[in-house]
Amino acid sequence: MSDTQTQAYPVDRIRADFPILAQDHHHGTPLIYLDNAASSQKPLTVIEALDDYYRRYNANVHRGIHKLSEEATAAYEKARITVKTFINAASKREIIFTRGTTEGINLVAQTWGRANLQPGDVVVASVMEHHSNIVPWQILAQEKGFSLRFVPVTGDGQLDPDAYRRLLDAGDVKLVTLMHTSNVLGTINPVTELAQMAHEAGALILIDGAQSVPHMPIDVQALDVDFFAFSGHKMCGPTGIGVLYGKRHLLDAMPPWMGGGDMIARVTLEGSTWNDLPYKFEAGTPIIAGAIGLGCAIDYLTSLGMEAIHAHEQALIQYALERLSEVPGVTVYGPADAAYKGAVAAFTLDGVHAHDVAQILDSQGIAVRAGHHCAMPLHDDLGLNATARASFYLYNTVSEVDALIDGLYAVKRAFGLSG
Amino acid sequence: MDMYRENILDHAQHQRNKGIVEPADVDYEAENALCGDRLRLTLRLDASGRIEALGWQGAGCAISQASASMLGEAILGKTVDEALAVTRQDILDMLGIPLTMNRLKCALLSLKALNVGLRGVDYWQQAHEHDED
Repeated sequence: MSDTQTQAYPVDRIRADFPILAQDHHHGTPLIYLDNAASSQKPLTVIEALDDYYRRYNANVHRGIHKLSEEATAAYEKARITVKTFINAASKREIIFTRGTTEGINLVAQTWGRANLQPGDVVVASVMEHHSNIVPWQILAQEKGFSLRFVPVTGDGQLDPDAYRRLLDAGDVKLVTLMHTSNVLGTINPVTELAQMAHEAGALILIDGAQSVPHMPIDVQALDVDFFAFSGHKMCGPTGIGVLYGKRHLLDAMPPWMGGGDMIARVTLEGSTWNDLPYKFEAGTPIIAGAIGLGCAIDYLTSLGMEAIHAHEQALIQYALERLSEVPGVTVYGPADAAYKGAVAAFTLDGVHAHDVAQILDSQGIAVRAGHHCAMPLHDDLGLNATARASFYLYNTVSEVDALIDGLYAVKRAFGLSG
Repeated sequence: MDMYRENILDHAQHQRNKGIVEPADVDYEAENALCGDRLRLTLRLDASGRIEALGWQGAGCAISQASASMLGEAILGKTVDEALAVTRQDILDMLGIPLTMNRLKCALLSLKALNVGLRGVDYWQQAHEHDED
């Protein structure tokens, strides 16, 4: 990485915003946190925003006439507008707060899917999908009798474009549901083109943005996606909060999913009518502190600039790919070109199981993930049981990549492997 | 308490144009999902398209009742276009008080009934969506 890049991006100052990074992982061993694809750390501003809500203006939203409820309502709805601006939705009514990406996908399956899919219809997903974008469709397919088909992944970790074309050309595709960035391969899928092709085939498209929104600028209108789901906790926000974006005319036509308070216009014992968007899909007391925290996280990301964050991570993954390739026995999966890859490196080390790699790295203060990363079909496709995964974020540094490489040599020494 | 100024209590307690017009050219009941209050607005137009008769019914807070009473006075005898030209700010000016987010829905319930009743829910959402926010 060039000196210019490191100087332009104030990574030391950014690290100081994250209290957890200042602590030792084990006594005397600093924390090197490389499990960001699973969950990111939180800046102090987000932690303080949660604290401030609970200390100073904790109250339920929307119905209260008292001052605390007014303040909580204003903060909750301000967070919705912050999300709308961040992903450039057309209206704040297209922003539905959920528990996370998983809930967003399940919401689409259980409302749009349940109302619109029938025997003979096809839903297209891909082999690289996270379980959260496979299982909800399998559950619904069992009930509704539609077919679920999968775009294969090429040797370079890309969605096979010809196979995608053939699946669409075969007809009857009602929905395409794909991840934006792979949580294992790092592949950044060409969503604009995928969406255009889906629409030309008469299908809607849902995008799982869990691994893209935290790392790069997102414009849902430019992408022209119909649904877009993501999670707060991977983007400096709290756990338990996520967002489902949907085009308004689709959300308007969809039946509600969960019933309860806040989602109704009127309830009688004979039946009920539904509230306006987005409240129709937000039954029950919402995740108020979580939404406020997510809004605060977005403000933090925006203050750094999503382009700058993306550029920093691209430089990091490029450097990491170079260094990993130097370690004998290491195989990295996914695109070899960092330009098509998010800041994720899933790898294997010959002769050592991924769990053992992760355990020995942990003893050196390095947190990585090991396993199937909720992508068992992809690992089956790769012929692997498990991979180790290092995933980077806005606060990671070149020297942390170096520490990972040193750690891998230590793993090899522990297992008596040469080189 | 500023929110319950004399003019609001006057309109809330002595509601103008309360009742239902029959026959009516417009008959629409709007709901405030936040509190469950309802407001039914009925209008009859003359041959030239002016509002010649107006009546409303509803159970609600002083703010929603006063704004319905004030809006009814303001638009009786006006053309449909003139009635549709009433804005959120006009309502707030008539009430003359600052309102918090949760109370705006109360204040605008009658304006919503007027707009949706005359032009449909899409028109209301496009013309006034941000007013409710």
